[in-house]
Amino acid sequence: MISRRTFLLLGVAASAAHAQLPPNIQEIRKKALDEAIRKVVGNAQVRQGKVKLDIPPLIDNGNAVPLAVEVESPMTEADHVKAIHIFTERNPQPYVVTAHLGPRAGRARIATRARIGDTGTVMAIAQMSDGSFWSDSVRVIVTLSACLEEGLI
Amino acid sequence: MARVVVNVPAQAKRGEVIEIRTLAGHPMETGFRRTQLGELIPRDIIRTLICTYNGAEIFRAELHPAIAANPLISFTTVATESGTLEFRWTGDNGFSATQSAAIKVV
Repeated sequence: MISRRTFLLLGVAASAAHAQLPPNIQEIRKKALDEAIRKVVGNAQVRQGKVKLDIPPLIDNGNAVPLAVEVESPMTEADHVKAIHIFTERNPQPYVVTAHLGPRAGRARIATRARIGDTGTVMAIAQMSDGSFWSDSVRVIVTLSACLEEGLI
Repeated sequence: MARVVVNVPAQAKRGEVIEIRTLAGHPMETGFRRTQLGELIPRDIIRTLICTYNGAEIFRAELHPAIAANPLISFTTVATESGTLEFRWTGDNGFSATQSAAIKVV
């Protein structure tokens, strides 16, 4: 049972948490995403194609979103996918997962479950053995955000 | 000891691409959530998953707070020879878990 005093305290805490979000949060997140991508690709160009990001376009519950990434590649010693990076636009941090593969993978396909904070773009970037980068991005709509779940005691 | 589960086919044809699914029981606390009294809950996540096939690394993943609780990671490998696949998860607060699975290649 929550007493009136605790309830009021909660209100204060909640508004304090909100006040911490700066007004230009969109720009900051966009910049963080760009920086995270730059860190991975360096100065290389990221091209569209080869990568297929499979994620439901409408997400009921952002706490566990099934997603899969498949990259077109023969996965031989000479031509294979070295890494698959997944980013989101609207989470507190842009990183989701980085998977390092090699020719022994046989097929460049990974699947996992992610937390998606808000409606926005999810992006998968594949790093090939020849140094090129390919990407796919999907715009998803989230009805229940991952970050708004009930807090613990 | 954390509960971890891996799903590897018991038997495969040589050269066949097999799918491996791994699941670790872990809350993956993001470090961005607050208690009802507004205190930040410290981050506690699994940072890496490494899979080796008869001692050679075949897959490595770096996880971030944006991975859902009880991280499920699935990937593929070529069944080259009979042996064991070892899985190792490591994370914050000294978290470490290992699991192995035997595979027979015919």
